[in-house]
Amino acid sequence: MMRRFYQLVVLLLLVLLPAAALASEGEGAYGVHDPAEGFKHLWREVMIDITVIGIIFALITVYMLFKYRRKHPDQEGKPPKLSPTSVLGWALIPVFVFMADDFFLAAKGWTLWNNYRTVPENHYEVQLESQMWMWNFKYPGGVQTVNELRVPAGKPILVRMTSRDVIHSMYLPDFKVKEDSMPGRITYLWFYPKEPGEHTITCAEYCGILHSGMAGKVIAMPEAEFDAWLGGEIAKKGGAQS
Amino acid sequence: MNASSGLAKTLKEWIFTIDHKRVGILYLVGSLAAFAIAGLMAVLIRIELSTVGPTITNPGTYNVWLYFHGAAMILGFQIPALTGFFANYLIPLQIGAKDVAFPRLNALSLWLFWMGIILALLTFVIPNPPDIMWTGYPPYSIKSPGNTAFYTFTVLIMGFASIAGGVNLITTIVHMRAPGMTWGKLNMFVWATMCAFILQLIFVPILGAAVTMVSLDKYLGTSFFSPANGGDVLLYQNLFWFYSHPAVYVILLPVMGIIFDIVATFARNRIFNYKIAVYGGLIGIVAISGEVWIHHLYASGMPDWIRIGMMISTLLISIPVGLLMISLLMTLYKGAIEYKTPMLYAVGFIFLFLIGGLTGIPNAIPALDLHIQDTHFVVAHFHYVMAVAGTFAIIGGIYYLFPKMFGKMYSETLGKLGFIITFIGVNITFFTMFMVGLNGMPRRYFDYSHMPALEHLHRIITYGAFILGLGVLITFISWIHGLIAGKKAPDNPWGSRSLEWTTSTPPGPGNWPEVPDCREFDPYGYGG
Repeated sequence: MMRRFYQLVVLLLLVLLPAAALASEGEGAYGVHDPAEGFKHLWREVMIDITVIGIIFALITVYMLFKYRRKHPDQEGKPPKLSPTSVLGWALIPVFVFMADDFFLAAKGWTLWNNYRTVPENHYEVQLESQMWMWNFKYPGGVQTVNELRVPAGKPILVRMTSRDVIHSMYLPDFKVKEDSMPGRITYLWFYPKEPGEHTITCAEYCGILHSGMAGKVIAMPEAEFDAWLGGEIAKKGGAQS
Repeated sequence: MNASSGLAKTLKEWIFTIDHKRVGILYLVGSLAAFAIAGLMAVLIRIELSTVGPTITNPGTYNVWLYFHGAAMILGFQIPALTGFFANYLIPLQIGAKDVAFPRLNALSLWLFWMGIILALLTFVIPNPPDIMWTGYPPYSIKSPGNTAFYTFTVLIMGFASIAGGVNLITTIVHMRAPGMTWGKLNMFVWATMCAFILQLIFVPILGAAVTMVSLDKYLGTSFFSPANGGDVLLYQNLFWFYSHPAVYVILLPVMGIIFDIVATFARNRIFNYKIAVYGGLIGIVAISGEVWIHHLYASGMPDWIRIGMMISTLLISIPVGLLMISLLMTLYKGAIEYKTPMLYAVGFIFLFLIGGLTGIPNAIPALDLHIQDTHFVVAHFHYVMAVAGTFAIIGGIYYLFPKMFGKMYSETLGKLGFIITFIGVNITFFTMFMVGLNGMPRRYFDYSHMPALEHLHRIITYGAFILGLGVLITFISWIHGLIAGKKAPDNPWGSRSLEWTTSTPPGPGNWPEVPDCREFDPYGYGG
């Protein structure tokens, strides 16, 4: 009986310790929490958590599968007789272990979720109207681009989106984020391109024949270059109109 | 002349049968046909994805394959195999009944199901086949050039079959147990399947409503899902997943029941902590199953508070599932395990389910799900936990019941060979798929030209799919071989204590000469 108790304690510790190996959220430049960084962090923790649980269960299974092979054809099992206390114990202790792990992960997940959904003050906003099968971006000053989202690097970028026809989903694998754009509703996501560079935009909600061809690019440019580009586009537009 | 009239007589007997065992076997034939064709689609899908760019087909055809693969595997194979074949065949035998409560209604469900299968197969001959995936989200399903009505009517007919089957078998379990067969003595399979039928009765009508509204919108010009006229596109997703998440448990619960019965039989051991497994595990799943559907909509612009709320309810599913897993593993404790083919599949199930279940945890957390939602990561997860683990239980269960059903033994060599190859193929295919998904490969893609770096991994997945296909082929061959050349089976080849093995093999009409007396009976009464 004592032995079983110690085994349970060890099991508990093995499950909870990795989960308890918390680290504080890193704060990026300009005081912005980058959700993609938070993602990497929480992902690693969850992977450790489920790997440890998985290995414990797998080792116990393999041990028993090996140990309790049938030695002769007429052999039957010797099932342990459970007292009412151990019946409850075998239910309540696992329930509390699982619940502890669930609530721990839920708390971490909630924190990161707030990070994902709270747009920082100093963001730059672009509007998106998706359609079969392209991404239409709208900037201040009436500038529009197709499949190319040019943004200033080093600023949080807010994309407010809707759709012209069916549901699409703007997915930025490098920034670990996606959000569905759909007709009749306005949704949003934000991401944080710290450095200049190019990143894939791809559609993650099935939208017909060219679903997999609905690709675009985030082009993060140095802020001065971005301003020059946008100014140029506005001027071109103005020139065309007058 | 004599031979042909004999054949006609046999055919007539089977077509007009109201015997629960024959109805069950006819369900099995239909669902295995769906499995074979939908599996072939999977192989074609994998060949298409093995290289960047078009490989063997065009996006239109590819999308129809994807649609058929998903819809047929879930609605045509897994649910009917579990709640049609296993439930019909086993439940009366396990509770000591002569037949189900309403045998004619049972035949009606069976033939409705067959109509559904035929309607689904028409996908390949009608001019504009549906290409709306098994989820059928509007507005695409309304704007699509494909024939959405075929989807709607396939779902509705299968749904009627399910509801009639559910009413029938719940009545059977409640009213037709043999004398002395108390609730505390029921096989895990009977409990689990009853829970699954309760879910079917509650949730199938909602799916029926959702798909009907899609066809009304498309063909009669209503505006349930059209925002231009005040409709809402998200309404469908809520209705659909309000059914389709519990549908996962409609599959999981009977699967668990089969695995418990196989493990108890081959370990010759009692179910560990039976009461907790039933009241905590099975009924716990039923209680939570209807409160988690938003985890399919984490990236769909639902209000933040409900996404967080359903994160917690989703994570809590680990509790009843964990209790079931503990009972299952501890049933091995001090057992006497014999490794026949059904037991190998049960062992395979434990490992696949462990991987699939644990990779569900990151999916349950919305902040992590924003990256992996709708990618191959999710595809790999639900294949492990539901598609492959479920199919392992179904295949294991078919091997388990094979001697009872047909009075012949299958070949252990072929069975085990099929298992090993399938198990290797499954893990190559779906473990690699996790990696592809984590690298940002969305699901339902015909091509990945803008992510060419993934070609290498995709090719590994395709090789895995070939191995998996080979394993399943050997499994089918072993069944056909057993049917033709199998040795005569004894009444109880596994030495099981469960009631279905006390009948003659195969069981005749009425199952037992007299209703069995179950006062001294215990389906898991091993070890004295």
